[in-house]
Amino acid sequence: MVGLGRSRAVAFVAPALVLIGVFLVFPAFWTLYIGVTNYRLTGAAAKAPEVVGLDNYRGVLSDPAFYRSLWLTLIYVLVSAAVGQNVLGFGLAWALRGARRAIRRLIESLVLLAWVLPSSVVAFLWIAMLDRDAGTVNMLLGQSPGTAWLVQYPMTALVVFNIWRGTAFSMMLYSAALSSVPPSHLETARVVGSSTMQTLRDVVLPHIRRHALTNTLLITLWTFNDFTPFLLTAGGPDHRSEVAPVYIYNTAIVGGDMGYSGAVSLVVLLINLLLALVYLRAARAGRSS
Amino acid sequence: MSLAKAVVARILTYVGIALATGFFALPLLWLLSAPFDDSPSYGVHWPSHLTLHNFAALGHNPYAFGSLVNSVLLGAGTMLLVVVVAALAAYALSRVRIPGRDALLYGLLLLSSVITGTAAMVPIFLLIFQLGLIDSRFGVVLVLSGGLLPAAIFLLKDFIDTIPRSYEESARVFGATPLQILRHIVVPVARPGLATIAVWTVVQVWGSFLTPFILLRDPDKQPAAVLVRTFYTEGGSPNLALISTFSLLYSIPVVLMYLFAWSRYGFRFHGGIKS
Amino acid sequence: MVTVEGLTKEFPGGVRALDGLNLSIMDGEFFALLGPSGCGKTTLLRTIAGLESPTSGAVRIGDRDVTPLAPGARNVAMVFQDYALFPHMTVRENIAYPLKIKRQPRGEREARAGEIGGQLGLAGLMPRRPAELSGGQQQRVALARAVACRPSVFLFDEPLSNLDARLRLEARTFLKRLQRELAVTTVFVTHDQAEALALADRIAVMDAGQIRQIGTAREVFRRPSTTFVANFIGSTPMNLLSGEVRGDGIAVAGGTVPRPDGLSDGEPVTVGIRPEYLPVLTSAQHGALSGEVSIVEHLGTSSLVTVEIDGELVAGTVAEGDEPDTGTRVWLRPVPGRVLIYRVGDGTLVS
Repeated sequence: MVGLGRSRAVAFVAPALVLIGVFLVFPAFWTLYIGVTNYRLTGAAAKAPEVVGLDNYRGVLSDPAFYRSLWLTLIYVLVSAAVGQNVLGFGLAWALRGARRAIRRLIESLVLLAWVLPSSVVAFLWIAMLDRDAGTVNMLLGQSPGTAWLVQYPMTALVVFNIWRGTAFSMMLYSAALSSVPPSHLETARVVGSSTMQTLRDVVLPHIRRHALTNTLLITLWTFNDFTPFLLTAGGPDHRSEVAPVYIYNTAIVGGDMGYSGAVSLVVLLINLLLALVYLRAARAGRSS
Repeated sequence: MSLAKAVVARILTYVGIALATGFFALPLLWLLSAPFDDSPSYGVHWPSHLTLHNFAALGHNPYAFGSLVNSVLLGAGTMLLVVVVAALAAYALSRVRIPGRDALLYGLLLLSSVITGTAAMVPIFLLIFQLGLIDSRFGVVLVLSGGLLPAAIFLLKDFIDTIPRSYEESARVFGATPLQILRHIVVPVARPGLATIAVWTVVQVWGSFLTPFILLRDPDKQPAAVLVRTFYTEGGSPNLALISTFSLLYSIPVVLMYLFAWSRYGFRFHGGIKS
Repeated sequence: MVTVEGLTKEFPGGVRALDGLNLSIMDGEFFALLGPSGCGKTTLLRTIAGLESPTSGAVRIGDRDVTPLAPGARNVAMVFQDYALFPHMTVRENIAYPLKIKRQPRGEREARAGEIGGQLGLAGLMPRRPAELSGGQQQRVALARAVACRPSVFLFDEPLSNLDARLRLEARTFLKRLQRELAVTTVFVTHDQAEALALADRIAVMDAGQIRQIGTAREVFRRPSTTFVANFIGSTPMNLLSGEVRGDGIAVAGGTVPRPDGLSDGEPVTVGIRPEYLPVLTSAQHGALSGEVSIVEHLGTSSLVTVEIDGELVAGTVAEGDEPDTGTRVWLRPVPGRVLIYRVGDGTLVS
C-alpha cells in the first residue's frame, strides 16, 4: 500500500472523478434526457421543459436538413480524411524517405506547422487564400475578380482545407511505420526487379497495414468532430456546408432548440462510440497477434 | 526498370514534392508577410513597405491584449487544475490496488474520445447555463479540465508506474510522512512527466475554440482564439493588419511549446492523444 | 534484540507468505535470512521494517512491541536491493535525507553526511548524482544513508545481488567489516547460500513461510537438519542417496555406512554426503561405494567427479592433479562422522 492506505487513495482519486463525472460523463447521459424534452433557450419551454417523448427523434429522422448534414459530413470525412489525408500523408512519407535531410526537414516543418497552429488562425489564412478579389489562389490563376471559392464551392474548399490542416498526423505516423520496414526486404524487392507499385503492394503494405487502420480510424474520429468548418463557412451559404458539428451549433445555440439538437447530439455520440470501439478492438487485436 | 522510366519517375517525384511544398507553404506565407506590410491585402506578396507599425497599432484595440491575457489565464488555470488533480489520481491509481482499476482507466479514456466538445456541446452549454457559469472563465476551465483529465491521468499513471516503489518505501522507513514523500520524492522524480502533461494541456487549451466560444459572450473575457473572429466578422471590411499581426503573436507561443515538447519527447508527445 | 513471535502474513488471495514464525536475533548479531525465492524471507524483512503489517503475531525491537508502529517510528534503517537512491539528489543530499526528516539543522546534517561519506570512502563523490556512480559506489551510498540515521537495527534486502561477481566479493568483505565496526544488529536477506555462510553469525534457512533451521554457518553447513536445508546449502549439491538399515550398518549404493541409534532394522533412509566429504580413491576399500567415472569437472584446487553407481549418479571430490579418467573404476569412501542420515518420511535428520 506504500503507506497510502485505501482511504487516502480514495481521497486522491476523488477530485478527478468528480470533475470527469460532472463535466464529461454527466453531460453525455444528460443528452439522453434533453433529447426527449422540448427544452428551449428562451420562452416558456426554457423555464419548465416538458417531456415530449420520442417527438424529437421522429422530427430528426424525418428532417431532410438532418440527412443533408449527415451526407455532407460523410463526404467531408471520407474525402478529406479517410482518402485525402491518408493518401497525401503516405505519399509524403514515401517520397521524403529518400530525400535530402534539408528538404525533408523543410517539408515536414511546413506540414506540421499547418497542424499545430490554432484553428482560428488557420481558418483565416484560408479565408485570405480563397478571397474572391485579392486571394492568392485567384491571383495565381490570374483572375480578378475571380471565383468566390467559399461561396461557390464550399464543400470542396472545406475538403482541401482539411487535407492541408490534418495531413501531418498521417505523414508522421506513416514515416514511423515505413522506418520499421526492414531495409533488407526493400533491397530484396529491388534485386528481383519489382516495380515501385509491386514493392509497395508486396513488401510495404503488409508491414504498415495495422498503422493504416489505426491512422484511418483516428483521423476519421477527429474529422467527424471537427468544428473548424464553422470558422470558414459557418455552414453556409444556404446550409450547403453544414456538417454535423455546425448543424448542432446552428440548431442549438443559434436556433435555441435544445431538445431537437440533443437528439442530433445523441446520433453523433453513438457514431463516436462505434468508431472508438472499432479502434479499441483493432488496437487489442494488434497487441495480441 | 529502364533508365528513361527511372528518370521520369524521379522527375515526377520532384514535381510532386515541389507542388506539396507550395500547397503547404502558401497559406503560411501570409502569416509571415502581412504583419510586416504597411498596407496588407488578402494576397501573399512581399511587403511593399516593411514596418513594425502594425504591432504598435495592436495596442489601440481595446480587446486584443486582454484576450491574450485571457488565453494565458485559461491555459494556466486548466494546466494547474489538470496537473494537480491528475497527479494525485495517477499516483493513487499507480500505487494502490483497486479492483477494476485498468477497466476504469480504459473506460475513462474511451469516454473522453467519444464525448467530444462537438457531441456534448448541447448538454455542456445547458449545464453551465444552469450553474450560472456562462461568461465565467472558471466555467470554461472546469469544462476543459473534465475533457483533458482522462488522457492526462492515463499518461501520468504510465509514467509513475516506472518509478520504483523502493524510493517511497525507503523514505517511509526513514520516517517521512505521505505528504513529505510526495513533496521530496515523487514530485521531483516525476517532474518530466508532469512537465509533459503541463505543456500538453496548455497547447490544447491555447488552440481550443468551441468551448470558450459557446460559454463566453463578454469580449472582455474571451480568449484570443475567440476574439480574433470578431476582427473579421463584425462590421465592414476586416482589418487585415490587425488580424495578421494578432494571429502571428497568438501563434508563436503554441509553436514554441510544440518545439519544446518535440525536442524533448519526440513525436510520441502526441501518440494519438490530440483531441 | 529483535524478536518475532508467531508471525503470520497472509496476502489477499490467500497466499501465506509467513506461517507462524518465531525468531530472536541477538544484539549486534549479523543475521541472515536464507532461502529460495518465494520462501517469505523478504516479506519477513519488510514486516520487521513495518512496510507490511502482519496478519497475526508480533515484532519486538529491544523491549518495545513495534507491531502497530509505522516504519519511521521503529528506528530501523533499510537498504533496498536496488538501493533506492533518490536520483534527483546528490550523494550528500541522499545521505543527509534521513536527518532532514528528523528535522536536524542543515549545517549539522551536512557535517554528519560528510563524516559518514568519508568513513565509507565516498569523500570525493559527495556532489555527484547516483546515476554518475558505479554499482559498488551506489551500494556504499545506500549504506552510508542507512548509517546516518543511527538505527538500532539494519535491514538489508539482497545487498550484494546488484553487483557483478568480482565486485561482490570486495563488497562482501567491506560489509562484514562495517557491521563489525558499528556493532549494530543486522538482518539481511539473501538467496545465495555462499553469501550467507560468509557473512552471517547465524542463518535462518526458510522455506514456504517457515524456518527450517537456525544455526551458525558451521552448524547449518555441517548438520543440515532436513533434506531441504541439505539440498540448499553448499556450493555443490549434497548427494542424497536412498539406503536401508541392515544389521549394524546402512546399505547404500553398494557400500555400507555406520548406523546411528534410533532406527529399526529394514527401515528405508536417505543418506546425505557432501561431495567434499567423499574422496575419490583408485583402489578398493572396505565399505566404499564403487562405480565408473562419468564426468570430471575442474573447480580449481579440487575437481568434482561424478560417478555412476547402479544407474545412480554420486559426486565426490579429488585433489587437483589426481583426476581419474572417465570410464575408470573408482571407490568413494565417506569421511567418518560426516555422513548424515535422514528419515524418508519427513526428511528430518537422525541425530
